[in-house]
Order: sequence, then structure tokens, then C-alpha cells
Amino acid sequence: MTGIRIAAPKTAVKGEVIELKAMIQHAMETGYRRDEYGRPIPRDILKHFECLYNGERVFQAELFPGIAANPFFSFHTTATESGTLVFRWVDQHGQEWSEQVQLEVIQ
Amino acid sequence: MAHKLRRRTVLKGAAAAMSYSCLPYVWAAPEDVDAAIASLFAGRIPQPGRVTVKIPPISENGYSVPLSVKVESPMTRQDHVVRIAVFAEENPIALVASFELGPRAGLANIQSRIRMGDSQRIRAVAEMNDGSLWSGYAFSIVTLAACVI
Repeated sequence: MTGIRIAAPKTAVKGEVIELKAMIQHAMETGYRRDEYGRPIPRDILKHFECLYNGERVFQAELFPGIAANPFFSFHTTATESGTLVFRWVDQHGQEWSEQVQLEVIQ
Repeated sequence: MAHKLRRRTVLKGAAAAMSYSCLPYVWAAPEDVDAAIASLFAGRIPQPGRVTVKIPPISENGYSVPLSVKVESPMTRQDHVVRIAVFAEENPIALVASFELGPRAGLANIQSRIRMGDSQRIRAVAEMNDGSLWSGYAFSIVTLAACVI
């Protein structure tokens, strides 16, 4: 489970509102399904997603089984300064995945 | 005759297995959305308006339905959205996701993909920094339900 895809602009004008898109490969197993032998498949979901802009959290989401497999989020942030955007996911067991991209802000 | 019966049995078995694998092992009754909203927002009641929910009117696949929520807000430090919560009335767990944003977002527009256990209303509630709650909804007919959300 390493498939992370981020769509973010490489450059932006200072003060511009940019759209960020993030997707991660994850089954988001609801815990309501059974396998072919009729045994319940245990719940296994991502619980948390956040986006950090130079260390400051600009967006976060709490996820429940109602979020589709391979969770996708699109949201916005204002370009304030050049730096790093970190996208971070945490599952119900505490395991983490993250990806980062660079953003150059033109004054 | 014996041959025909065997074929029928096999078909029945296959059909049963398919439908069975789709049944939840605990039949999760839909949660009361109003109660879920009240518990998340400490009993405050949202007023209709300012929130636009977009989902396809007909969803062919309830396992992944594109959702868009827009909230009318200037998104300034003085007046902005702090939280957007999405609820599905017919899902076993009414709360689908809760998003937290702030004045740095610039725009209170979010998109995601959700599971829908049945044709239903999807409701979104936005909490402003002054504590006011606003809500909007959209309806979608689901042809293939995410039978187990």
C-alpha cells in the first residue's frame, strides 16, 4: 500500500487560492462484509488525513467507513510562501503514510 | 432429469453465495441523522442555507459516489468555515467524514468520494467560526448500492 497520488501546482502567485488533490490506495474495509466462507472481514480503515503547509496544518479530515476505497480529497489553500506541502494519512492501527511536494510562491 | 436438477442446484448455490457475500453480518440499521448531527455539534441545530451539496442524481455504483460540498463564506480571519461534516441518512454509520479547515483555505470547497448503502439524501453541515451551523443536502438514486456501505 504505497500508492499515493498528489495533484498540486508547482508554482503560484502570492495570495492565490490553489486546489490540492490527494489520493491514497487503501481498501477502506468497512467491517460489514463477509468473505467467501461467510466469516466477517474485520474493519480496516484510514481514520485521519491532514495537509501541512510549512508545518502548519491547513486541512484535516476524520474518516469513517462511508468514505469510498482509495480515499480521494480535493481542497483549497492560499499560497502564502514557498515551501513544503506534506500530506499525511493515519490508519486505525496508528500506521502512517505521507508524501510531500514543493510549492514555489512568486511574489 | 438428474442432470437438470444438478445444474439448477449449482445455479441456486451460486446465486445464494453471491447475495450472501453481499449481506452485512450484523444488519446495520440506518443511524438517525438528526441524532448524529446533534451529538457532533453538541445539540445545536443547523439552519438551512449557505451549503451546496453536489452528487450525481443517479449513481450507478454506490461504492464510490463523487461528492462536492461548497459553503458560501468569505473565508477571512473574521468570518470563515471551521468544519464541514457529511452525513448519509441510510448508511449504518450516518457520519461519513468530518473536515476541518480555516481562513487559510481561501475557498470552502471540498470534494471526495463516498459510499452509499441506498438511494438517499446526503446532508452536509458547516460550522462557522462564530458557532453558527448551516446545512444543505442532495439526493441520489443508487442503482447498485454499496450493500455493506
